[in-house]
Amino acid sequence: MLRPPGAVEEKRFLAACTKCGLCVTACPYKALVLAKPGDGRPIGTPYFMMRDSPCRMCRDIPCTAACPTGALDAGSVSDAVSGGRSAFNINKARIGLAVIDRETCIAYWGIQCDACYRTCPVMDKAITIEYTRNDRTGKHTIIAPVVHSDQCTGCGMCEHACVTRKASIFVLPRLIAMGESSGRYIKGWEQGDERRVGEAPEETTTVTPRSSKSPTDYLNREDL
Amino acid sequence: MTIIRANRYLILRRLIQISLLFLFFGGNLYGWKILQGNFSSSVLFGIVPLSDPFALLQVIATGTMVSVPALLGGGIVLSISAILGGRGFCGWICPVNLVTDLADTLRGMTGAPRQGLQLNRNARYWVLGLSLVLSAAFGIAAFEWISPIGALHRGVIYGMGMGWMVVAALFLFDVFAVKNGFCGHLCPLGGFYALVSRWSILRIVHQSSRCTQCMKCTGICPEPQVLPMIGKETAFVGSGECTNCGRCVEVCQDRAMRFGFRMKGPIAKNEKEVIS
Repeated sequence: MLRPPGAVEEKRFLAACTKCGLCVTACPYKALVLAKPGDGRPIGTPYFMMRDSPCRMCRDIPCTAACPTGALDAGSVSDAVSGGRSAFNINKARIGLAVIDRETCIAYWGIQCDACYRTCPVMDKAITIEYTRNDRTGKHTIIAPVVHSDQCTGCGMCEHACVTRKASIFVLPRLIAMGESSGRYIKGWEQGDERRVGEAPEETTTVTPRSSKSPTDYLNREDL
Repeated sequence: MTIIRANRYLILRRLIQISLLFLFFGGNLYGWKILQGNFSSSVLFGIVPLSDPFALLQVIATGTMVSVPALLGGGIVLSISAILGGRGFCGWICPVNLVTDLADTLRGMTGAPRQGLQLNRNARYWVLGLSLVLSAAFGIAAFEWISPIGALHRGVIYGMGMGWMVVAALFLFDVFAVKNGFCGHLCPLGGFYALVSRWSILRIVHQSSRCTQCMKCTGICPEPQVLPMIGKETAFVGSGECTNCGRCVEVCQDRAMRFGFRMKGPIAKNEKEVIS
């Protein structure tokens, strides 16, 4: 579900949202939709349909400001400013993450298209252009968009602008779109990351249900 | 004129119920600042927060920390209910009342079986308790999830979708299964307001000296169990289950029913003196 900016984690969101629709009413672009019975989504809760109408990333975030229950947490999309006050910063919104289907994106085919790059409100940060040699023709460049998860707000402007019949760049919930690697790897090429080697324990043990048995047990005791 | 006079509260209630929906509808579609949101949570004149206290109670039961505007809004509605008469919401504001009253009228016209399915009127308090328990157990505001009230007002304000089926089911239940089935027996929101308005001030008063015991009032009352005093003693309607709809006042040709203000507790001993 692509929730309004500032939405707390989905399970907590469903508990806190009273389905009042004040965020939907507050949206000046009528981009937010309140789920109706039959939409196949949790009834009465707000969501985006990016292909139809994406989030325009209003600076005053009226939807988040309108939420009476805290299901949309203003703090998560605000910066602390002087005097202990805070100011909205829509760039901190994480509605979802834009994902590119390279098989249908015509820019990856080698046809020139930068619709998503041009429309992105976090231009040149959330989507950058990567130039690679077009091996098929041997004399052209592939000018391809690349999404960066640390900058993408998931506003969906790219999905809205995509020229392919069904959008080849589309916003997915971040939980679905993103993987996670363990902190055990040290990125030697990143400055300062090697410091974590020192913090690592000398020896670590991994405990699983199998751990009580010796690794060689089954070789010696069980029928093979 | 007599027709208008004989239905004065009914007309006023319908006007209020429909204009509230209209204001919410315009608030969403055209950005009118009079009333925005819906009956779950809303903002009056762009400033005053209003929230459904029962919905908030369920949200709190899930273990969610509710923000200040919602708590303030819930407090305002709760205070008004507790002072003025909580189930006034059911009779004067709730859009489902439009549907169930129509069902009741139709039921009377079609002569649907008087003794159909039997339901205890206290069932609503069990549904209320169950809503809170389920909210706590599943981490989701349980009644709000399935509420036909929500389906109806959200439907009118934000788009109906398949919500009409919920409303139709409710309507058919009231016509064919149980008289005043939903509002009078099952609705936990009604039950909540009934409990809240136990000590409210705005009450129906019955004056037995004028009563000719025609029993039109108990016949038209959607909650006839609140009128045990008819023809017996002069008293305020004490039960919080009275929706203050005023139908009894309208049908009484002996002027034995009227609205009054009860300033004392629920079982004031000297009510008779207070009234007469």
